[in-house]
Amino acid sequence: MTRTDPLDVPRPHAQLHFGVFFQGVNHWTIWSAPDSGSQIDPASFRRVAQTAERGLFDAFFLGEGLRLREVDGRIHDLDVAGRPDAITQLAALAAVTRRIGLVSTSNSTFNEPADLARRLSGLDLLSEGRAGWNVVTTDNAWTGANFRRGGYLDHADRYRRAEEFLTVARALWDGWQEGAVADSTDAASWSAPDAVRQVRHRGPQFDVDLTPTLPRSAQGHPVIFQAGDSAEGRDFAARNADVIFSAHGNDFDDALAFAEDIRTRLRAVGRPDDDLRILPGTEIIIGATEEEAQEKKRWIRLQQVTPATALGIAGLLWGIDLSDHDADGPLPKEDPVVAENDGSFGARRIADPREVVAEWRAKAETHGWSLRETVIALGPQRGHVGTPSGLADKFAHFVRHGAVDGFNVTPYLIPDGLDDIVDLLIPELQERGLYPTEYTGTTLRDHLGLREPLTHRSAPERRRAG
Amino acid sequence: MSGPALHLAVEIDGDGAHPAAWRRAAHSPDQLLTPRRLARIAAVAENAGFTLITLDDGVLPPGAGPDPVGRIGAVERAAFVAAATSTVGIAPVVPVTYAEPFHVSSQLASLDHISGGRAGWVVTEEELPEAARAWGRPLVADADARARESRDGVEVARALWDSWEDDAVIRSVATSRYLDRDRLHYVDFSGEAYSVKGPAIVPRPPQGQLVVLGDPGRVPAAQLDVALVAGRDVAAIATAAAAAGTPRVFAEVEVALDTTEATGAERVADLERHTEWTDRGRLRHIGTADQLVAVLAELSHHVDGVRLHPLVLDEDLPVLSSLVLPALSARRLVARPLPGTSLRSTLGLERPANRFAPVAAVQEDAR
Repeated sequence: MTRTDPLDVPRPHAQLHFGVFFQGVNHWTIWSAPDSGSQIDPASFRRVAQTAERGLFDAFFLGEGLRLREVDGRIHDLDVAGRPDAITQLAALAAVTRRIGLVSTSNSTFNEPADLARRLSGLDLLSEGRAGWNVVTTDNAWTGANFRRGGYLDHADRYRRAEEFLTVARALWDGWQEGAVADSTDAASWSAPDAVRQVRHRGPQFDVDLTPTLPRSAQGHPVIFQAGDSAEGRDFAARNADVIFSAHGNDFDDALAFAEDIRTRLRAVGRPDDDLRILPGTEIIIGATEEEAQEKKRWIRLQQVTPATALGIAGLLWGIDLSDHDADGPLPKEDPVVAENDGSFGARRIADPREVVAEWRAKAETHGWSLRETVIALGPQRGHVGTPSGLADKFAHFVRHGAVDGFNVTPYLIPDGLDDIVDLLIPELQERGLYPTEYTGTTLRDHLGLREPLTHRSAPERRRAG
Repeated sequence: MSGPALHLAVEIDGDGAHPAAWRRAAHSPDQLLTPRRLARIAAVAENAGFTLITLDDGVLPPGAGPDPVGRIGAVERAAFVAAATSTVGIAPVVPVTYAEPFHVSSQLASLDHISGGRAGWVVTEEELPEAARAWGRPLVADADARARESRDGVEVARALWDSWEDDAVIRSVATSRYLDRDRLHYVDFSGEAYSVKGPAIVPRPPQGQLVVLGDPGRVPAAQLDVALVAGRDVAAIATAAAAAGTPRVFAEVEVALDTTEATGAERVADLERHTEWTDRGRLRHIGTADQLVAVLAELSHHVDGVRLHPLVLDEDLPVLSSLVLPALSARRLVARPLPGTSLRSTLGLERPANRFAPVAAVQEDAR
């Protein structure tokens, strides 16, 4: 990439925002290396969060899956798994961090607003305005088998429920007037009479009568994150989210197209097109030289994609059990099978595996790849690889052309996986004016440079937005 | 039992046991729901040498105007306190009348990991119909049905805590396996109201099973580690304790102590001008620290511990800390928990075997 005039770009002063996603479940986290730490010890979470805070990251992010992953009815045993409840873990981190945002992935299908909105609100108060909620949805009975409500939610209803959930949650978060609570023990009443508004909601998904039990936090509402990539998910984000945790951060053109699409959707719902931050999930692999970085990437991919994992991934694509194949041998001769999707991890199969398998076969033949090499080369490319200086130039191009607002970094090692990013990359970014040199605010909303919550804006403000 | 004669727990919700306690608090009302306030109270309780902190909760507001109507969820407060303390046990109140047992189990297991094995769970019920309306669930109408929900909720949570054997994470590079799936178990719970498949999404808690506390009249004794019993006097408590049938028994005791500023009786009278102190049939000690020490010494013959409900935290905790616990400690009736010790160990409870583990592993657990 050539270096252009730094001011001759659409966003000459844009800065990067970084979050860190402590993944907890999937094959991208290397568990076999000598410095692979515990996935459950609180020290691991503290270490990553404090390193991110040292690097002035906006947010520390936890995922959620409400059932252990299975393939063909058997528990998937190849990847890291077993993680703490997100809000509980984040409430603990609130006590040992000062500035970094704390974002919980929480499911709107298998929760109720009275409980989840209050838990998020509590996290927001305990962290003094640093909470975020990554709204995720589920529709399948497989996950529902762990819950009172059981399975089933019509696929089309997932986002309807999520949206109605947010409506109720926002009413709860707005339920207490500003300054509702007395500032003196001599007051006649702990809170002003009528300062708390009842929430009565009757809708297709929720029929509730609630008394909000918590005041607004320093940032008004928890910051809303959204990660769904479907057209429905993107529209949901345009209507509701403050941040999108996207899957479009590897290729510049793809990232820019995604960002433009989101901005179009934002304008369509009357929001300013800078009203939402786009933070693609990405791995960042750093070396002292380009060659060293590429060598490190090769090592990382071999740790992530073990022979068994390669057979597992190929098995999902083929729709058949390939575990008795040789991962270092050629691609399976069998034809892929199109299977029913019941929602389990193993059932998330590609719509037309035959097409993908044909492509894999063609490329494997051209390059002489084994099955494992094919899985590594053609699997999702989600990383940026390079020297600190090269990556800083690349990220400058991404952010200053409006393709991303930053990245949600997925460390491949826990708990040390952020160290080289914070120690080597951040200074390069700061030198280029691409990254803050201190936290200027106290809340997650401050860090992200977001406006106040959507329900707090006056009508003229909303019109201006359109 | 081994260890000290008496374990002391303290309930630290809000500003104290009296609904109007906020009027005598050392901070303004708008500071109640802040992390500073929570951390400070927890530090005072830990430094005083309490074995256990409990945090009351429910889906409805904690009280009604003119008294406090706001409260942060007990699990969130407990997790925050766990990260800010190092020895004290922490038990949030979590009713499972309407909550999802799967979530409750995950949250409490996580709390045990976060606290390094210092977590407990106080099982209560959502008694008011307003709770059903808040949750948006069908009303669990009567006492029997509420007891069923508690029983099933505790059963599910406990089964899920066992659904990962202690050594389920094997990190076997030779076989590329992170987990041994033979050491993970479906719980396949099926009750009257719902069913739960499992396994848990959180590995087994460090204590194996958290310390479960509750009213033995409402939760089956076989599911409890610690019965919380009440009575208006020592004799009534002794009777209840003898009937509890649980490994440990704690008495519920409300206290309003004399301070340098005012007597306990004066402080109660001051607050009673505003709101009545709800009578829960508990022994209520209003008086000097010495008298309380005598009552607790007497109780130590009948129960394993006492949960104190101070009238006003900011007034009573300092007296408990400076006079009551030191006096009990001097008489070797109480001992502060040791760093690095689980709540179960502090209470002299065994780490339970895993219900799903094969016998050989059970023996290993019990060692």
